[in-house]
Amino acid sequence: MAEKTTDSSASAAGTKQAADVEMSQYVADRERVNEDKIKQDDKIISEFGEYSYGWHDSDAAGEAAKKGISEEVVREISADKHEPQWMLDYRLAGYKAFLDKPMPDWGVDLKGFNAQDFKYYVKPLDKQAKSWDDLPPDIKNTYDRLGIPEAEKKRLVSGVAAQYESEVIYNSIREDLKAQGVIFLDTDAAVQQYPDLVKKYFTTVVPVDDNKFAGLNTAAWSGGSFVYVPKGVHVEIPLQAYFRINTPAMGQFERTLIIADEGSYVHYVEGCTAPIYSQDSLHAAVVEIVVEKNARVRYTTVQNWSNNVYNLVTQRAYVKEGGTMEWVDGNIGSKATMKYPACILAGPYAKAETMSIGFAGKGQYQDTGAKMIHLAPHTSSTIVAKSISKDAGRSAYRGLVKIVKGAEGAHSSVVCDALLVDDYSRSDTYPHVDVREDDVTMAHEATVSKVSEDQLFYLMSRGIEEKEAMGMIVRGFVEPISKLLPMEYALELNRLVELQMEGSVG
Amino acid sequence: MQHTLEIKDLHAAVETKEGRKEILKGVNLTVHSGETHAIMGPNGSGKSTLAYTLAGHPKYEVESGQALLDGEDLLKMKPDERAKAGLFLAMQYPVEVPGVSMTNFLRTAKTEVDGKAPAIRSWVKDLQGSMKKLRMDPKFAQRSVNEGFSGGEKKRAEVLQLELLKPKFAILDETDSGLDVDALRIVSEGVNRAKEDNDFGILMVTHYTRILRYIKPDIVHVFADGRFIKTGGPELADELEETGYDQYLPEGSDSESALA
Repeated sequence: MAEKTTDSSASAAGTKQAADVEMSQYVADRERVNEDKIKQDDKIISEFGEYSYGWHDSDAAGEAAKKGISEEVVREISADKHEPQWMLDYRLAGYKAFLDKPMPDWGVDLKGFNAQDFKYYVKPLDKQAKSWDDLPPDIKNTYDRLGIPEAEKKRLVSGVAAQYESEVIYNSIREDLKAQGVIFLDTDAAVQQYPDLVKKYFTTVVPVDDNKFAGLNTAAWSGGSFVYVPKGVHVEIPLQAYFRINTPAMGQFERTLIIADEGSYVHYVEGCTAPIYSQDSLHAAVVEIVVEKNARVRYTTVQNWSNNVYNLVTQRAYVKEGGTMEWVDGNIGSKATMKYPACILAGPYAKAETMSIGFAGKGQYQDTGAKMIHLAPHTSSTIVAKSISKDAGRSAYRGLVKIVKGAEGAHSSVVCDALLVDDYSRSDTYPHVDVREDDVTMAHEATVSKVSEDQLFYLMSRGIEEKEAMGMIVRGFVEPISKLLPMEYALELNRLVELQMEGSVG
Repeated sequence: MQHTLEIKDLHAAVETKEGRKEILKGVNLTVHSGETHAIMGPNGSGKSTLAYTLAGHPKYEVESGQALLDGEDLLKMKPDERAKAGLFLAMQYPVEVPGVSMTNFLRTAKTEVDGKAPAIRSWVKDLQGSMKKLRMDPKFAQRSVNEGFSGGEKKRAEVLQLELLKPKFAILDETDSGLDVDALRIVSEGVNRAKEDNDFGILMVTHYTRILRYIKPDIVHVFADGRFIKTGGPELADELEETGYDQYLPEGSDSESALA
């Protein structure tokens, strides 16, 4: 390998001094960040156990709810929400699609899945709380433990939506954003307050009969967020949604619709947790996003469902000319996840990026990936998918890149990296490519690596203990994703990965 | 303070496809603080194995013998404990660790080796100073450990760690390999500076005499077929330069036959 000259002595003295200053500032900054990070990590690690969100609250509403889905249940949900006829019609069409569509026979194992095992509508409160203090004490306590009111108080977020079972029980947005016309409320309320807007976009990105679970969601949906960002408005600090399942055998079907009008920007962050039960729960969300001309939306998920939750989610964005869509997806928990955030690049120069990290531990199957559909010239897409498998966990990247005839100058790049921590785990890659245009550039790269003996030895030979060395290697592996997350989520991701890694060092 | 590293009748083996193979066949060596020992030998003689066995690479199995650092047997310790005891190995092929920044890595290592976090002010100064002297670009600190480093950058990064971690004994495994003349000089000066500051003992494993012009050995050993077979002063290196290793090889093999 050629020796690269990094000698700065040849450059002018001024540049050299400037470089020194830059260096010292940089190093000082990094040290501070490191110091803070180490402190925070220690604190967080000392506070939590294995799966740290496994508690549950008292549960009258959940116990009273009945299991199973039927047309009658769909009508009851709609009636309870006092919905207009057009929404009931969507629900019924969704229910029909759910019955008609086949169960996926690929991806995760759904043999043990029976739609009649879940509770479809659990209403924990009669009406949304105006403040955290209005919530029943144990529910409030749950959110305190999750740190949500704290984040709101510290203004780490621009708005908060907290969904508990089927309902959004608390929703707030900063006054100044409200004054600029930003709408952030639960989708049920949006149907009542902004029926025209909802009607205009609902099911336009994810059709009623898109797939079995999108049909089920359309039939039984409840809660989720409705976001509208007016032309040119930049929501600089993220909007945060927090999804919590409390009752056993719960089916949570939130429906989220985000519309970013021309030239606007918004970052929406969602987190998900549930108690540990022996009965399985189901999370089947639908997320539809419309990115208007030159707008930009980032949607970040840190999913940490307990290992008894089926996570079968449909997420899709429709991106118009010059628009940018970014999915940042962390799948750490759940029993089985099937989730392939999609972008339809419909206008010229539209851009999309999916950055995902999946963690498959014991008994987990993370079947995740991305879809990029290029319909217009000069559209570009990037997929970076990383997975870590351990203790016989299984992860798969399943992706589709489609470029239609006429999408000249389209560009696509796919990178899949899998890290296997032991000899019993499994990782698969299913990249589908469908290109009908000649004038395109494409790149695909896939690696599978094991935490190597040599890497561990190198770090250990510098005095670093085996466990910490393993942690550093894994943290380094997820770093390209974790650096995209808001700080508290990045810490959360690192911490989760570390807890998951515990005991993996023989 | 004076420290001693004593290697006593060390035997070590490695598992290969053809079965277990003994590579170290009774190594004896004593090194004191401040001494520089050159360990020279033909390819495949086991000199790198000696380096890795002392540092505790799991690939090499110790069959018998001791390696005492001030009386404590390194061979009973994990690699991180050996580092904490004061041993450092500058590797011939440093490993890439993507996503872990050099600063984070160096600081974690320093904290572990010292048992406490270094004072920030002096740490930054030390790091900056050492990097500057090794002619390393400040941006180096932000890069991932060894990732995408050129051969020369990797070696400088090893010497940077040597300077910062201040061990009692340093093993330099073919630190000269793959370096051009300028890089060799910079790296050697780094080693000499570190030694001047900390007076550690050096075991310098090398195939060529070139590096000995920059890092002057007090003692030169010839290592062949898994053990030391000759020991002398610096003049032994000159002799090797003249005659090569042929005389130390078993009948019928040539100096380029590589076992490992």
